[in-house]
Amino acid sequence: MSAPVATPARVDNTSRRRSLWRRIGFIATFGLVALSVTRLISGQEVLTDTGTAQAVLALTLPVALAGLGGLVCERAGVVNIGLEGMMILGTWGAGFAGYQWGPWAALAGAVLGGLFGGLLHAIATVTFGVDHIVSGVAINLLAAGAVRFLSELLYAGVAGGGPTQSPSIKGGTPTFDVPVLAGGPDLLGRLERTHLVLLSDVAGLLRGLLLHVNVFQVIGVLLFPLVGFVLWRTAFGLRLRSAGENPWAAESLGVNVIRAKYVAVLASGALAGLGGLFLVLFSGLYKEGQTGGRGYIGLAAMIFGNWRPGGLASGALLFGYTDAIRLRSTGSTAVLALFLFAAIAVGALGIWWLRQGRRMAGSAFIGLGVAFLLGYLGLDSLPNEVTTVTPYIVTLVVLAVSSQSLRPPKADGIPYRRGEDR
Amino acid sequence: MNRLRRGVVTGLVPAVVALLVSLVVLAVVLALLGVDPVKSLKALFDFGPTPRAESNQVRTWINRSVPLFLSGLAVSVGFRMNLFNIGVEGQYSVAAVVAAAAGAMVHLPRPLHIAFILLVAMAAGAAYASVPAVLKVKRGVNEVITTIMLNSIAVGLIAYLLRGPLHDPALPKNASPSTRPLPESAWFPGFRSVFESFGLQPPSREVGGFIFVAIVVGVIVAVLMSRTRFGFALRASGRNSTAAAASGIPAGRMTMQAMLLSGALAGLVGMPQVLGEDHAYGINFVAGLGFSGIAVALLGRNSPGGIAAAALLFAFLDRAGPSLQRVDIPPSVVIITQGVIVLSVVIVNEVARRMLERSEERRVGGARSATPPAAPQAAEVSA
Repeated sequence: MSAPVATPARVDNTSRRRSLWRRIGFIATFGLVALSVTRLISGQEVLTDTGTAQAVLALTLPVALAGLGGLVCERAGVVNIGLEGMMILGTWGAGFAGYQWGPWAALAGAVLGGLFGGLLHAIATVTFGVDHIVSGVAINLLAAGAVRFLSELLYAGVAGGGPTQSPSIKGGTPTFDVPVLAGGPDLLGRLERTHLVLLSDVAGLLRGLLLHVNVFQVIGVLLFPLVGFVLWRTAFGLRLRSAGENPWAAESLGVNVIRAKYVAVLASGALAGLGGLFLVLFSGLYKEGQTGGRGYIGLAAMIFGNWRPGGLASGALLFGYTDAIRLRSTGSTAVLALFLFAAIAVGALGIWWLRQGRRMAGSAFIGLGVAFLLGYLGLDSLPNEVTTVTPYIVTLVVLAVSSQSLRPPKADGIPYRRGEDR
Repeated sequence: MNRLRRGVVTGLVPAVVALLVSLVVLAVVLALLGVDPVKSLKALFDFGPTPRAESNQVRTWINRSVPLFLSGLAVSVGFRMNLFNIGVEGQYSVAAVVAAAAGAMVHLPRPLHIAFILLVAMAAGAAYASVPAVLKVKRGVNEVITTIMLNSIAVGLIAYLLRGPLHDPALPKNASPSTRPLPESAWFPGFRSVFESFGLQPPSREVGGFIFVAIVVGVIVAVLMSRTRFGFALRASGRNSTAAAASGIPAGRMTMQAMLLSGALAGLVGMPQVLGEDHAYGINFVAGLGFSGIAVALLGRNSPGGIAAAALLFAFLDRAGPSLQRVDIPPSVVIITQGVIVLSVVIVNEVARRMLERSEERRVGGARSATPPAAPQAAEVSA
């Protein structure tokens, strides 16, 4: 959005990119070390073991894919609050196709279900110029009714099916172990069992990702670099993003804005539906209310990630990790260990800021860190209900303390009509 | 006269067309799915086989429309300030449990007791809404995200409160959790007996008198929004916060006030049920009214009168569940109908607005099309 700059811009961009990668690397390393120290002190192996890594992947993907759908859509200038509804349609499609024809059909069913929701949203917002939020809310409402209705209609008298659930998916999803590291000699497993600082943590988390690798999950993860590449490295992506930044200018340069928006909204529905697939695969069948607001959380992750795939993935990962810890925690012990992790992370950030001369923020964060530490030392257990909502609280707190210099696409949410100004 | 005609063209005609369109769409969808559309539409308008059943459905219609109206009103206040308060859902639930518990702790004469509970509910709703408000104003966090998170947190918070601090100690051990019952001085009177004076069978349960409170609240909000300085500032800031700020209306303060007002109104949503029906907050408490309220507010186009009509329409559909079941049609047809109606109404509205605009344009001789389009920023699109 800055004023047009000549050649130096390129150099600037590259060096900025490099410093960004350095920062990401630093944060990741610091996070791992802090997590490892937390595990050592609290003795909670759950924090970094193989099972946790697998749960994190399974719980992150639905949120992340819904968010990716939102990202594609909003990059083309269409706000998509109907992600939840599209995800619901995806779960239903996956359940319906999956119980009859197996997991690959479930994949197709999920995509088709999501596409249907996307088509509705595209017709309403792009063709008719309806307020995007209005259309999204209507789709959420419609989807919730439609799946109940379809289940009542099609699962009557089907063994295992009912008005709120489908029969179990037929057959397992194709998986494989990565040889040597996770399968075969299982080097990472051996390393994990040594319980060394950092090494065994990394080994545990990696092993979780390499053991029983699910082909569908690989597809889901690969969609992130793919979408990033298409949006930022191809002419089509540039046109799509230009439709979200300044559709009037784009149209004047010969971009078919309407088509770009249609493609984006349809892709968005398909991605959200695919997110639903992973929920169905996780529990083995379609259940009503399975999405549990994950479409909305995906939207939150997207905004947290500043409308970028990497940021979105880290937001989803944050949610997925706390959700996984909550699920695998015995009682609330592992969740309490997260208090210690928070104390280390927040405290370190506070010290860093103090050294940079930001006294107010620094001391506030150190105070927060001490509060977390006291919480960890003082509390024996948390009420069950609090443990359940940990992921939401963490997301809220992280949003509140992280900097909010966000830049949404410039024409996001503005209805566009060909040949009219705004 | 001209203004009246314009009002009919922009308001009433699209609404009627939209209803017809949604009926047709619905009939097609149902027919495609192999459900007899005529039979289901008939069932939607069927109030029941006996006079008693009929007045029972009228009761459900009235009782259901009141919270929907209040919820839609709460959402609309946010919309006016360009705030999307998805959090009405969490706000009204938290407010209801807090108010029910507080009401059971005090003893006051009837009108005071009810007023006290309503005030507590509004304060609790506003307090829960203050979290996204503060985060939005102070930290710039998008209110859509925070209210979604707070909705989920509310579920856990209420479960914890019901099991722990606000639990009724007199309940048997494995009974479903509930707050302590409200004393009779806090019960909101109903008007079931009015049915008799019209020569009708009274419904088997009480009809909520809270509808009169809702009407008063609706009028107050309508006046506040369109006849006061505050309402003007709110709408101005919602339309264009930069321009409003230039004329001395700070956007931050308006955001804060709109969100708190929205939360306070949300606090009232659960009150008809707590005061008029259950006399406690328990497992029967109806969830989801906050989300329906969004649809109602959209349908009513943010005007209190429109919201009332939309709430009546939604409640009318909601009450048809038993009638549908009697003729073996899945009651979920109701939710589909509501979704189809919202979608068709907004689409028809948009088309009508554009047609009107075009006819105006023709009338003034294309003056509008003479204005230059937004200057293209070529630097951005260098494909």
